[in-house]
Amino acid sequence: MNNFSYIKTKETADASVLLKENTGHKAIAGGTNIVDLMKYFVVEADTLVDLNGIQGMDELSETEKGSVRLGALMTNAATAYHPVIEKKYPLLSKTILAGASGQIRNMATNGGNLLQKTRCYYFYDHSVPCNKREPGSGCPAIKGYNRIHAILGHSQDCIAVFPSDMCVALAALNAKVHVQGTEGERQIDFEDFHRLPGDTPELDNNLKQGEIITGIELPDEDFSQNYSYLKLRDRSSYAFALISVATVFKIENGQITEARIALGGVAHKPWRSKEAEEFLKGKIPSRENFAQAADLILAEAQGFKHNRFKIDLAKKAIIRNCMMALEPETQRPGAKPSL
Amino acid sequence: MPDQNNQPVALTVNGHQHRLELKPWVSLLDALRHTLDLTGTKKGCDHGQCGACTVLVDGKRVLSCLTLAVMKDGSEITTIEGIGSQDGLHPVQKAFIEHDAFQCGYCTPGQICSAIGLLEEGKAQTREEVQDLMSGNLCRCGANRGIINAIMAVKNESE
Repeated sequence: MNNFSYIKTKETADASVLLKENTGHKAIAGGTNIVDLMKYFVVEADTLVDLNGIQGMDELSETEKGSVRLGALMTNAATAYHPVIEKKYPLLSKTILAGASGQIRNMATNGGNLLQKTRCYYFYDHSVPCNKREPGSGCPAIKGYNRIHAILGHSQDCIAVFPSDMCVALAALNAKVHVQGTEGERQIDFEDFHRLPGDTPELDNNLKQGEIITGIELPDEDFSQNYSYLKLRDRSSYAFALISVATVFKIENGQITEARIALGGVAHKPWRSKEAEEFLKGKIPSRENFAQAADLILAEAQGFKHNRFKIDLAKKAIIRNCMMALEPETQRPGAKPSL
Repeated sequence: MPDQNNQPVALTVNGHQHRLELKPWVSLLDALRHTLDLTGTKKGCDHGQCGACTVLVDGKRVLSCLTLAVMKDGSEITTIEGIGSQDGLHPVQKAFIEHDAFQCGYCTPGQICSAIGLLEEGKAQTREEVQDLMSGNLCRCGANRGIINAIMAVKNESE
């Protein structure tokens, strides 16, 4: 990696100013993604601003209105194993545990999870163009090896997918992202945090220069009765998703009153379809209804030479995970198929 | 002003205190192997994909290749050199021998540190959970069955 300076900050405001005023400065927290990217020279920095000295940002807190706030510096492992998360948001716990490895979850932070980069192999490879790495240079993935790439929301400039598992659950749970910049604090709805590539694939999210994620808020909603995460990949653990699905339901008197289905591994951000979720409201939880919802989610799906299989796989995964959400006690380690 | 000069980094490694002067970009792995000459911790992929570099930092298993040493100033590190002794092996080390849990041995220091971290976490109950929570440590010789057998044996003994 390139040589750089190092500053450890104690205040979010200080870090914000440093990152806003110096485009060559990059923030580091867990380091599991940025250190790797720097070793490949995909990310370069003149200075790393270490956020770990900021106090109070590595904790979970319960707010007066009943929501739960996850500190941005809390590790993925501490979050997944926190008794409040295991009890009230088991979907989030299971989803985090389906990502990365025990070691990486001990290092990686919640804020960093939202900011991780795509695993598109062309993005990582300096010998080829990439619109995300070098805007305007081209996208070799479109006509290249695109087995792991997007089937929804892609553009003619980029077909990369966002690799997080945790964020698929956060999307389903309608989380809010709390950020602080030099102009103060704001909250971003989870669906507005990450972006589709469009003609600016170099922008992964809507954070402004100098803004730092301080926390993630989980609304006071109980989906602990019907939830499931299913992750399909080329090996059964420690691999990124080809397709993943997070599903939660509220069911009253045999009818679905609330349905959320979020997909990972299919787009530049976690993917939800309001149309499909509306369709399921008032319906009975059946394989036939889930199949119709899956068709609605995937109506616009478009594959490429090596990933067309994902469209059919996604349909099957959606149906199966909806069935699994009816029996959440069957969840298996690594979010493997359980029914 | 920040600079690219050496930074003071205090590490307690296997109970011994060290005051090092390191460049900010030196990984914990390189600090252990090159500066402290503790070559038991192995460099496999150097990209967080294989787990060979696993060590315990403040009791938790982490990847030393993706850790900048300067960020662990003040931490306690345990490497394979700090586990067991010539006359008394750690239970996990004993179990690895008894269950034929290695062939070439290159991944073994990382496997053992990871296994000790996993047992300390106390989250794995079933064999399937142990397998899943050990998936960050690859073994190219294919000794995985022996590795999981060894960990299950230690787990069952301690219960």
